[in-house]
Amino acid sequence: MNKPNRADTLLYLDNVSVSFDGFKALNALSLFVQKGEMRAVIGPNGAGKTTMMDVITGKTRPDEGVVMFGTDTDLTKLDEPAIASLGIGRKFQKPTVFEPHTVWDNLLLALAGDRRPRFTLWARETSEEEDRIAAILETTRLTDHRHRRAGDLSHGQKQWLEIGMLLAQEPQLLLVDEPVAGMTDAETAQTAELLRDINRTRSVVVVEHDMDFVRALDVRVTVLHEGSVLSEGTIDHVSADPRVVEVYLGR
Amino acid sequence: MRILRSLLLLAALLAALPVRAQAPDPFAGFAATGFDGIRRAIEDLAGSGNKQAEATIAALQAGRLATTADGGVFIKTDDGWRDARTGAAATPDNPRPVRLNNAVRAAAAAAMGNLTLFSADAGTRLRAAEAVLKSRDPAALPALTRAIAQEKDSSVRAAMDQARAAAVLAAPDTSEAERIVAVGILRGRGDLDARSILASLGTQPPAVAEAAATAVTAIDRQQQLWALGQGVFYGLSLGSVLLLAAAGLAITFGVMGVINMAHGEMVMLGAYTTFVVQEVIRAHAPGLFGASLIIAVPLAFLVSGLVGIAIERGMIRFLYGRPLETLLATWGLSLVLQQGVRTIFGPTNREVGTPAWMSGAVQWGGLTITINRLVIIVFAALVILALMAALRFTSLGLQMRAVTQNRRMAAAMGIRTPWIDAMTFGLGSGVAGMAGVALSQIDNVSPNLGQGYIIDSFLVVVFGGVGNLWGTVVSALTLGIVNKFLEPLAGAVLGKIVVLVLLILFIQRKPRGMFPLKGRAVEA
Amino acid sequence: MRHATLICVVCLLGLTALLACLNLFTPASSPVHVPIYIVSLAGKYLCFAILALSVDLIWGFAGILSLGHAAFFGLGGYAMGMYLMRQIGPRGMYGNPILPDFMVFLNWKELPWYWHGFDNPVFAVVMALAVPGVLALVFGWLAFRSRVSGVYLSIMTQALTYALALAFNRNDMGFGGYNGLTDFKEMFGFPLQADATRVGLLLATAIILALQLLVARYVVASRFGKVLIAVRDTESRTRFLGYRPEYYKLFVFVLSAIMAGIGGALYVPQVGIINPSEFAPANSIEAVIWVAVGGRGTLVGAILGAVLVNAGKTYFTSALPELWLFALGLLFILVTLLLPAGIMGLFRRRAAAPAEADEAGADEAAPQLTKQDA
Repeated sequence: MNKPNRADTLLYLDNVSVSFDGFKALNALSLFVQKGEMRAVIGPNGAGKTTMMDVITGKTRPDEGVVMFGTDTDLTKLDEPAIASLGIGRKFQKPTVFEPHTVWDNLLLALAGDRRPRFTLWARETSEEEDRIAAILETTRLTDHRHRRAGDLSHGQKQWLEIGMLLAQEPQLLLVDEPVAGMTDAETAQTAELLRDINRTRSVVVVEHDMDFVRALDVRVTVLHEGSVLSEGTIDHVSADPRVVEVYLGR
Repeated sequence: MRILRSLLLLAALLAALPVRAQAPDPFAGFAATGFDGIRRAIEDLAGSGNKQAEATIAALQAGRLATTADGGVFIKTDDGWRDARTGAAATPDNPRPVRLNNAVRAAAAAAMGNLTLFSADAGTRLRAAEAVLKSRDPAALPALTRAIAQEKDSSVRAAMDQARAAAVLAAPDTSEAERIVAVGILRGRGDLDARSILASLGTQPPAVAEAAATAVTAIDRQQQLWALGQGVFYGLSLGSVLLLAAAGLAITFGVMGVINMAHGEMVMLGAYTTFVVQEVIRAHAPGLFGASLIIAVPLAFLVSGLVGIAIERGMIRFLYGRPLETLLATWGLSLVLQQGVRTIFGPTNREVGTPAWMSGAVQWGGLTITINRLVIIVFAALVILALMAALRFTSLGLQMRAVTQNRRMAAAMGIRTPWIDAMTFGLGSGVAGMAGVALSQIDNVSPNLGQGYIIDSFLVVVFGGVGNLWGTVVSALTLGIVNKFLEPLAGAVLGKIVVLVLLILFIQRKPRGMFPLKGRAVEA
Repeated sequence: MRHATLICVVCLLGLTALLACLNLFTPASSPVHVPIYIVSLAGKYLCFAILALSVDLIWGFAGILSLGHAAFFGLGGYAMGMYLMRQIGPRGMYGNPILPDFMVFLNWKELPWYWHGFDNPVFAVVMALAVPGVLALVFGWLAFRSRVSGVYLSIMTQALTYALALAFNRNDMGFGGYNGLTDFKEMFGFPLQADATRVGLLLATAIILALQLLVARYVVASRFGKVLIAVRDTESRTRFLGYRPEYYKLFVFVLSAIMAGIGGALYVPQVGIINPSEFAPANSIEAVIWVAVGGRGTLVGAILGAVLVNAGKTYFTSALPELWLFALGLLFILVTLLLPAGIMGLFRRRAAAPAEADEAGADEAAPQLTKQDA
């Protein structure tokens, strides 16, 4: 693993360990994501993918190790809202949208802006906000559904809405956890296209099980196993790695 | 040589007999006119060993002793007069009552104390020794010395030694060495009586006073230890009550995550079961009363357990996953149960008796241990052990743990999860019912019995860490002891408020309690 | 939603005005005359409606089930009670111009420091708002900051009101102990026994309730309210969007406590007494069931529920007293089991009502180890 140039590094994890009651969820994990990069993270169940996301977004504090955003922000000192405000957005494995609200309101709440109660209490929708929401609706193909309750959307539509909410946050880095779980093939292809689209302006880390999807993304792949990096490289490189084959297919 | 000595001893004894026989009449002094004379007469009589001495001095105390001009001494009884010297019935000629003043009364009391030192009953002798300890009468010294010499019972002799020490310290003419030994004896006694004697020794020779001061400090420290021990006992007692009330909740809330606001009513049902059991026993088999609580325990478990199962099947299972709704519905249920019991048994407190074997107290060193509290502590320990054993070693316990850890997996393994839910809830409720049997002994058995425990029980479970039975035990005992130690500082009500506020603050610092469950399962 | 609010405000003001007119402007012999006790009763119901509204604001829209909201109601009531107590002046039984009767009875020589200023009506009203507000601020800050939520929070709030009940029962707290504060004479210079004062209090209560409803309605319909609902259903998600749920909850909790405090302050002059039984945990839980009956998360439903349940209570406790607790208990059970959306739910399907199964997955209708976030 060649040490990257720090100035271009957006996300920097070094020697990060997390344990729950003796179980090492992350074991001296090191990972670097460049600015503008899209990275796929794969690994079997329990490899530590979700815990890694939790550490980056401030939900879980690591027992040791360094987690840096950009060149000088120590993420281990911040909590979730602070990290979100820095420009790290997260999409959950299970689609998590605000079910009683309309699609429109979901995006409105996600739009970058002042998050403090004293602002939201008096806030009125501006035409600028309306334009941004309309654009995102267009990108995520939800324009026709904008007045529906988010809870009434189909599974795939919820996934897209959540990606839309991520976009509305205007983050520098998107963490996307299994975006195509439960999607049809057509939806999967569209999602891959959407992510590549997003990647034009932002860095993306995708955690995924679906190897075809990862292949379709055609990006650098990191394989996690038992809380640390097993292999890293192109999809062809990692799938040829005998250790990866062993982990995925068993002995 | 040895024979000579024996002979001399025999001669001395023989010589002594006539001397005793020739001694002046101990009763004569009562005819004296001055109070001093009477007082001396009391002391002479008490020291004489005369068989009639006790009756005579008792009569004097009661104002029933009289003398006649010819030196006769008589006791007035309800049916006539008796000669004080012989005890035989008599007809005195113009008897005049012996007059009393405070000095005479004190002398009589001290003399009676000395006389009873030789009583045949060990309890009487012990009381006599204690009386001397309190009066610190130096006049009792000779009698005490004689009594100690012939005392066989070690505990009575210890009391006599202590009484003698008190008298030695009060006597004007004992040596310094003797006094220091006496201080040592009293220090060994170590209670408040000994402390007050030692604390009053300011006018003694310096060495004695110093020894006494050291002894007082030592006694104080020891008393503090006993007080601490007593506090811990009261705390354990309160803690075990809390534990009993919370143990069932540790199952239904802690393990299942069901908020049962009617938990207190399960306890209340257990208490009323005890009442009914006792009523039946009183009416049909009074001889079994001593066993009434032991009979009530399994019945209370059954009654509350069955009601619990009915609640789970009829109501709670429709509300799984909606804890706040469960809370409201079970609160409503608690109102219905309270009113139901009120309608059947009436709104007033019902009398639940305490079997003889549970009443009373034992003194252990400086500790007073009331038997019913002790029984409750032991009972709480047994209930918890039984509960832990049930969860660990029975197949039902195994299935319960399986279901709480991974419901779907358990269902896939063929465990009938709805049945396990009902059984788990029934178990928790049944334990609450057993708690009710214990609480019927220390609390009023009324329809509101359960309400007083519900908040405390929840706090105990939350404080200990949800889902952790050991945590519940530690938490209940800690809260009990803290409460009892705050009480003397702040008063009972304020102490409780302080504990509540501390708990609120604690839980806000550590929302998962003292012993939180860790791991991904909880994080998820 | 907006229509329901408007209808409610109009009905509220219209009906109380009608009651007032029928009391003041009809002779006692008239068949349409409303006796004064009905006016007082209506005033009492509306105070309870204020409490219910404040409970619904946090339970319905922030998911905070407070089982201690009567504590804020009671504190507001005590603040007003202290003012009314000072107004008695030398007309008390012992005729002491400064000390209330119970202090004279306890042989106190001077007014405790915290009683100073309560002879001033403005100060008393400010305190009726500030004391509940500050308590809610401190409690809420501690609780929400450390992410105590759900059932834990409910138990904490109940412990809070329980502690207050114990404290106010103590004589040496200086709030009249078990008997509380009573024997009031006048308020803002108006004699409390006069019919006109009572009618005035009813109208004031109705107007304040209507204003509170409009404020609450504005808050929940604003963007703030949308965040709040998001926090209620998926708190962790809002955090990853950059919101701080603790501040949102804290604001609405304090607002709700102040609203409840105002309710208490209006309640005391109309019932003529305040004592520690107001802090009883059972009272707070009863307030929750008013909301549940009317419909959680609807605001208007809370008002409707409070009035209906209390009217039922008045009827039962006089006609069939031993049945009241049965009825109340069954109401709790039936509403939660059969009518989760309350009366308002009968009029409207869904809308912004709380999502079903907001804690566990809907497919997993089973007991859960108490979960934090999904």
